Amino acid sequence: MKIEILGIVMMILLVMALAIPLGKYIAKVYLGERTLLDRVFSSLERLFFTYSGIDPNREMTWQQNLKALLTINIVWFFLAIFILMNQAWLPLNPDKIPSMSPDLAFNTAISFLVNCNLQHYSGETALSYFSQIAVIMFLQFVTAATGMAAAAVVFNAMRQRSTDKLGNFYTYFLKSCTRILLPVSFISAVILLFSGTPMTFEGVQHFTTLQGDSASLARGPAAAMIAIKQVGTNGGGFFGVNSAHPFENPTYLTNMVENILILLLPVSMVFALGHYLNRKKLSWTIFGVMTTGFLLLLIPALYQEMNGNPALSAMGIHQPMGNMEGKEVRFGSAASAFWTISTTITSNGSVNTMHDSLTPLSGMLAMLGMMINSFFGGVGAGFLNFYIFIILAVFISGLMVGRTPEFLGKKVEAKEIKIAMIIALIHPLLILSGTAIASYLYAVNPAANAGWLNNPGYHGFSEMLYEYTSAAANNGSGFEGLGDNTPWWNISTGIVLILSRYLPLIGPVAIAGILAKKKYIPETAGTLRTDTASFGLITFVIIVLVAALSFFPALALGPLAEHFLIQ
Amino acid sequence: MSKHKKETKLFDPGLLGQATRQAFVKLNPVIMFRNPVMFTVELGTIVMLIVTIRVIIVSDASQGSFIYNLIVFMVLLFTVLFANFAEALAEARGKAQANSLRRTREETPTKKLDSEKDSFQQVPEIVPSSQLLKGDLFICETGDIIPMDGEIIQGIATIDESAITGESAPVIREAGGDKSSVTGGTKVLSDSIVVKVTTQPGESFLDKMIALVEGASRQKTPNEIALTILLAGFTLVFIIVTVTLKPFADYANTPITIAAYISLFVCLIPTTIGGLLSAIGIAGMDRALRANVIAKSGKAVETAGDIDILLLDKTGTITIGNRKATNFWPGANTSETEFIEMAVLGSLADGTPEGKSIVELGADKGISKSKMAGMEFIAFTAETRSSGVNLPDGGQIRKGAFDAINEIVGNQGNKVSARIFERVQLISKKGGTPLVVSKDGEAKGVIELQDIIKPGIEERFDRLRKMGVKTVMVTGDNPLTAQYIASRSGVDDFIAEAKPEDKMNYIRAEQARGKMVAMMGDGTNDAPALAQADVGVTMNSGTQAAKEAGNMVDLDNDPTKLIEVVEIGKQLLMTRGTLTTFSIANDVAKYFAIVPALFITSIPALQGLNIMRLHSSESAILSAVIFNAVIIPLLIPLALRGVTYRPIGASALLRRNLLIYGLGGVIVPFIGIKLIDLIVSNWY
Repeated sequence: MKIEILGIVMMILLVMALAIPLGKYIAKVYLGERTLLDRVFSSLERLFFTYSGIDPNREMTWQQNLKALLTINIVWFFLAIFILMNQAWLPLNPDKIPSMSPDLAFNTAISFLVNCNLQHYSGETALSYFSQIAVIMFLQFVTAATGMAAAAVVFNAMRQRSTDKLGNFYTYFLKSCTRILLPVSFISAVILLFSGTPMTFEGVQHFTTLQGDSASLARGPAAAMIAIKQVGTNGGGFFGVNSAHPFENPTYLTNMVENILILLLPVSMVFALGHYLNRKKLSWTIFGVMTTGFLLLLIPALYQEMNGNPALSAMGIHQPMGNMEGKEVRFGSAASAFWTISTTITSNGSVNTMHDSLTPLSGMLAMLGMMINSFFGGVGAGFLNFYIFIILAVFISGLMVGRTPEFLGKKVEAKEIKIAMIIALIHPLLILSGTAIASYLYAVNPAANAGWLNNPGYHGFSEMLYEYTSAAANNGSGFEGLGDNTPWWNISTGIVLILSRYLPLIGPVAIAGILAKKKYIPETAGTLRTDTASFGLITFVIIVLVAALSFFPALALGPLAEHFLIQ
Repeated sequence: MSKHKKETKLFDPGLLGQATRQAFVKLNPVIMFRNPVMFTVELGTIVMLIVTIRVIIVSDASQGSFIYNLIVFMVLLFTVLFANFAEALAEARGKAQANSLRRTREETPTKKLDSEKDSFQQVPEIVPSSQLLKGDLFICETGDIIPMDGEIIQGIATIDESAITGESAPVIREAGGDKSSVTGGTKVLSDSIVVKVTTQPGESFLDKMIALVEGASRQKTPNEIALTILLAGFTLVFIIVTVTLKPFADYANTPITIAAYISLFVCLIPTTIGGLLSAIGIAGMDRALRANVIAKSGKAVETAGDIDILLLDKTGTITIGNRKATNFWPGANTSETEFIEMAVLGSLADGTPEGKSIVELGADKGISKSKMAGMEFIAFTAETRSSGVNLPDGGQIRKGAFDAINEIVGNQGNKVSARIFERVQLISKKGGTPLVVSKDGEAKGVIELQDIIKPGIEERFDRLRKMGVKTVMVTGDNPLTAQYIASRSGVDDFIAEAKPEDKMNYIRAEQARGKMVAMMGDGTNDAPALAQADVGVTMNSGTQAAKEAGNMVDLDNDPTKLIEVVEIGKQLLMTRGTLTTFSIANDVAKYFAIVPALFITSIPALQGLNIMRLHSSESAILSAVIFNAVIIPLLIPLALRGVTYRPIGASALLRRNLLIYGLGGVIVPFIGIKLIDLIVSNWY
């Protein structure tokens, strides 16, 4: 028990120890300062820019940056669909896997394009190695870099000056890939490789078991993909059962490595902000708020999982390892609970345990992580979500000290509040209305939709709520047990995926762009400082009130009802 | 501080009646639409009315009893009425304040002149003041009440402005220059003046202010708009929460009454701040008016809270009027008494404030002289730059600046002694003005004149510094003197040897660096700077041009008024911010009251969420809506008075307000709802 907790503490400390220097490095990359990797990648980057005809030094406005972001995303979408629908005749298909059907290809392309990685297929049987590399892995790199580049534009806009020139999206994007994602993934992949994760282009291995049965074992270029899956808060696994699969996550050590990678870049981005703006106190304030939120979700989840299922305890069954239903014995209940909270707060979505089998409260905490979606959050995107709450907190607390609210020397006015409020609204709107329509459909005709829910009642409600929450948070994990491969779920989650990816990228960039253009107001004694504990507190309270309490009635009917029922 | 704070009691019975009537008038949806939060509450109230009526007609038991629905309806109606009442009360108070000012300009018989003819040569026509138009001329003689705002075009008069300012000492107003403006309702004490009417009837600043307070022409300020958007956003979030709850409940086979849905919604949306928002804005204008400041817009008051730099004229603001004699410094061969006698004699005929102060200081030292026959007084001329007296015995006393006396002394072949010269330099260094006195061509000593810094001004500047406001002194003095006064008064910066355009340039330069600048002025040559400044306060005595250029007029002509205006602005924003926080923080308790109540009947397990142990589903819902309604009138006094501003730095202020209104906002409703539940549970 104690050793399990020790493992958790070690992972947290290692994340901190790695994130602080990595954050500094990321800031240097975005500031265009000299780094060690210049020698390796400068010429490669030049090659890209020369052939694409993009001038990497042309500064763009926020609108131009967003236009570049959206354009490049559309190109990827069509590229992905094309490959998935033609993988049968494309190379690197040793197992002769057929092309994907149009609707599944559409779903898969969207899901990976928005960095969500909701998987309605099983990698072993549905994708060729070429698709795994050219669609899945490729999108896992570029969509993470898209979020990071958008965050870099916002970082740029937060500096002390008045301008509409906010850097070059393509430069931020390419450097995110080459200087940050690639090196970190490479090192991680090597660690996984040596721990037993396969990395081969040979097809399925057929063998005869000791009993004489013939069996086949799926393998492939997994190590490389699993690294970027965790580093870029993607979460989409090579194999169907994700990081619970012994090839994806062979040992407790790889589990630690992967869990650290889940948190590493989201945490680093916060420190990168401090170095980028030279406002280290600000990033510590943000880090403090996010960590507080993380711990408040983590600690009760650890407690719940390590104590086991109360319904089983009531039957007199001793559970020394905690709630082990749906968990891997090599990880144990604590490491599984830690992963669960890590993967949901960061919009990663890879799983090493089945979330459907969590105790009701842990399931709720996992949902809350995604409902809030800004305690670290996805790479880049998580900070952008938090930025919205900073704007709202600045506004309310600015008024409280008797001054027109300002954030880092820029006045926050009606237009910014309008955008911030819309973005803050979208998340509960998508989750609640999606779940509401699904509940309505089920309630009206339970017989026709009986295939949806293996567990009707409160748990079934949690499954539906979780599905939309996961989609809206671009998380991608599932409360399995939901029969989600039907037209309704494919289409409705698809809509939620697109809206919840692009609007929360556009909103913060727009706000930051508008603020950047405003006149810079130097600080005085009457200016509200945003790098203090009090400001952190008010941000935290607003996040809890807007993001968490909106879901209180829904949670009461799902996990809370189930929780009180099994006590 | 103004000398006569006009205090209206917060709940004056007359105003209460008026506000109550208005609260019903404001139920008109067209008026309510301006306030999205309360408008949705009104819609909810209407729905509840329909539900209540339907329950009687079809006796639908699933919606709860008739009485229960009726109570919910009544509570919601009162929620709206309380919010309307708050706004109406704020308006009524502002109106009462404005009316007391307006009363000063009732119908007055006016001696109107024909502007074509020579003013003083014609017999004026007596007309009622209401018939005066812009550009008309009228004459006011001793004892007349000035009928309208205007500008003196001929003559000089002493005027009693106590009706407007409460200051009983008469002031002098004369044609030309910066003191040519007169206000309607004030009284001419001596002499006669010809005045030109400067405003159309109904368009004076006071009329504009009254319109602002009455709400007719009140426009939302930028901060108010942003806050309204924020509150509308919160309202939308809770619309989503409430609407989606219906299918959730259907899925869970949990019937929820319409009364419960609407109660949940009304409790969650920020009704407390939504109901008090416009009252807070009006109260801010009203507070300005109480400080005898007429603001031309609500925005001006709000902007005042954001001011970074305050430009203050030295004379009258930092120092008391003019310089005064503070010391006599006799030369080597002169005794002190002898020298004081000399200085006093030389100043007897000097009518300037400096001259008078020499005589006064002499009297303080026990030496007073009176005019004697045969004395010949020598007035100050630009040529001699000295003044003095020729005594009957032939003695010639002169006083003047060092170089003027040095010339006189030099003409006689004498030299100013080193002791006197050193003293002159010392006084200059200390920011004073040395006046050298000579008798019969010999320098006898030095009189020291000093600026007297207003008592308490240092503390005020200190307070401003803590608020983050930088103070800048504007003076015509040389940099040395300016530096000295600046350091003694605690002002942060100064502009010495200032020309009128210097203010303008300073304001522009600071604004370019992102600062907000406020200034106070009165003269026509201040007008461009007043217009350029973010907040320009014009003294009521100032010229019409200056008044047009600024965005506030101070009826008291008190140059330190800017400090109060800044605090009023800050108070206004703070009141909005703290009540928003309070309102939103309330939601925690309301969720815990209503959410279990919604489901408890069909899912008894959720009793675990009922952490307040409220008696029943109905009592919980009623307690929450009653608390939600009652908190509005309870907070009206706070909304009208404003949250007190303390210059303790932004972070400390945030901590303080977060503790009181944030934490308080979480805790108070838990207690309030529980207490109400204890009472309500007697029936439900």
